[in-house]
Amino acid sequence: MERVAVLSGNHAVAYAVKLCRPHVIAAYPITPQTQIVEKLAEFVERGELKAKYIRVESEHSAMAALIGASATGARVFTATSSQGLLYMHEAIWSAAGARLPIVMAVVTRAIFPPWSIWTDHSDLLAQRDTGWIIAMAESNQEVFDMTIQAYRIAEDERVLLPVMIGLDAFSLSHTAAPVSLLDQDKVDKFLPPRRAFSFLLDVENPITMGNVAFPDHYMEFRYLIQRAMERAKQVIREVEEEFYEISSRKYGGLVEEYRCNDADIILILMGAWSGDAKVCADKLREEGLRVGVLRIRFIRPLPIEEIKRVSLGRKAVIVVDRDISFGGAGILFTEVSSILQQNNVTVRGFIAGLGGRDVTAKDFTQMVRQVYADLEVGEKRSRVEWYGVKEVI
Amino acid sequence: MTVTIKSLPKEEYLLPGNASCPGCPASLGLRLLGKALGKNMILVVPASCTSIIQGPYPKTSIKLPLINVVFASSAATASGIATALEILGKKEVHVVCWSGDGGTVDIGLQALSGAAERGDNILYICYDNEAYMNTGIQRSGSTPYGAWTTTTVLGKRRHKKNLPMMMVVHDVPYVATASIGYPLDFIEKIRKATRYKGFKYIHLLAPCPVGWRFPPSKTIEVGRLAVLTGMWPLYEVERGEFKLTGVSRSLLNKSKRTPIVEYIKIQGRFSHISEEEIRILEEYVDKLWNDIRKIIS
Repeated sequence: MERVAVLSGNHAVAYAVKLCRPHVIAAYPITPQTQIVEKLAEFVERGELKAKYIRVESEHSAMAALIGASATGARVFTATSSQGLLYMHEAIWSAAGARLPIVMAVVTRAIFPPWSIWTDHSDLLAQRDTGWIIAMAESNQEVFDMTIQAYRIAEDERVLLPVMIGLDAFSLSHTAAPVSLLDQDKVDKFLPPRRAFSFLLDVENPITMGNVAFPDHYMEFRYLIQRAMERAKQVIREVEEEFYEISSRKYGGLVEEYRCNDADIILILMGAWSGDAKVCADKLREEGLRVGVLRIRFIRPLPIEEIKRVSLGRKAVIVVDRDISFGGAGILFTEVSSILQQNNVTVRGFIAGLGGRDVTAKDFTQMVRQVYADLEVGEKRSRVEWYGVKEVI
Repeated sequence: MTVTIKSLPKEEYLLPGNASCPGCPASLGLRLLGKALGKNMILVVPASCTSIIQGPYPKTSIKLPLINVVFASSAATASGIATALEILGKKEVHVVCWSGDGGTVDIGLQALSGAAERGDNILYICYDNEAYMNTGIQRSGSTPYGAWTTTTVLGKRRHKKNLPMMMVVHDVPYVATASIGYPLDFIEKIRKATRYKGFKYIHLLAPCPVGWRFPPSKTIEVGRLAVLTGMWPLYEVERGEFKLTGVSRSLLNKSKRTPIVEYIKIQGRFSHISEEEIRILEEYVDKLWNDIRKIIS
């Protein structure tokens, strides 16, 4: 009988990682991620997890150490947040470029200055061009499930790319919720030991990794990453189906569709606050307003087909961003707009909840009502606005 | 046990036709490293001249497993490799960082210090050509006082950072200096270092004909003069015990040292140097040896 435990999002990650039997963990503390790597250190020191733990002196070195370990054939893990993720950025590119199946949890947190430890998706989304598969969870259960699936996706021969899993600071990381765990033997069957593909550091078969590529060759390395990303879409769906067989849980592949079928307006967003958006949709439907939620589970690879399919024919889609690309727009808004630009769909963007400012179902309701009101007076233009920002000088 | 040329294996791990400059001390050092340890090693190379010496994809001039890594990350990557080897049960493989001075004393210092403090099982070799040579001769923390570089056109105004002694205070089992002018001493130190489990550090002085402005035929000569003048003392610190090695053993006595001007005058990078600056370099050498005397006594 599988156990249900009450776990914070951070501990849900740690328990999932333990079940995946990593060989090497390298980590550096940063709030609000620290509990993940503390718990893993505890597992290792108690002998419950037979892994080596490298207590590195920086996040840059955490990723560098994992690159070395993964290139030697080990299964590896780390976690970070915000400044740590930014400090790691150079090595993050390296990990993907070297096609190493590293898995990392990112507890999304606002970026300095000013200091803020609360949730914001700018840190995670600033990694979107690096060649990593980037996922974002809504609940502690999903974080647990995604972590286990991440290794299968990353290590699949058709993919061989690293995966980062986002979870919101505090609303998931430090909030306890019931999580159905899985038995070790089930996970072992679902996730066999990492298969050694040909390109490893091995004294019996010496290769040089990452030497200079002249313009004759460089572009093909990049093209191969793009092709792997395209293939990852199918792998993500397949892995979720297989995971369903051992867990009876699935979420919908690259996106989750919530009451979208007959919806006039679709809210598009990612992360923990998607739950509040769903509450908003339920409430407005009681009033006869047909609202659905399209939750982005994977921002890389970008679910282009899903976003297009769900958005076409609606009165409007509303993209709510917990991030801002300064001088541009919300990052999700930009991505969604790029997909829908030739399809005559009204795309309304809201920048909200930066630095952990509370956004509830009531706020989503207000956004939706505003868009409805505009549509009623024939205002169909796409645009972006800041929601709930105070008057500033 | 003294290493002799005859006793060295014939096997080469750096192949001929590689992309190094004539007289390159880094390529010579790599050759010697191969002869010292054989095929049982994995190399970690940060951005440096060695990134180029390998030659471009899809070929390589190095017959060893090698991973190129971003500038600041060589020691940490090596820690990851060594840790993975241990847990995967491949314990007979040496992990060697082969980094330049920029990648060691400047941008790579944090990762280096971290790996040393943790005692990770790696051999870190800094081949020190005393400037950022791969980017075209810019000053590094390892450039000596008075030397011209493209970012110190009137000569550097600070002395070289004493990295080997900084590694000694990390309390690691083995730290040594070496010079490309004394290849057998270098090989002996590599072999001695790898007998220890834990973190080992060797700092190899690597005179660069291009950056130091001397003819490519004189690499060994310059490497020897650095030692004979006392500018670059050869020593090892084994389990905390300091010992001068090779010709440096007799150089505590100042009169045995070759005047530093002999070293300076054959290098174009010092061509502008004044009497006063030579005096400052002499004082630097005197202090270096006085410090060594204090350590020994």
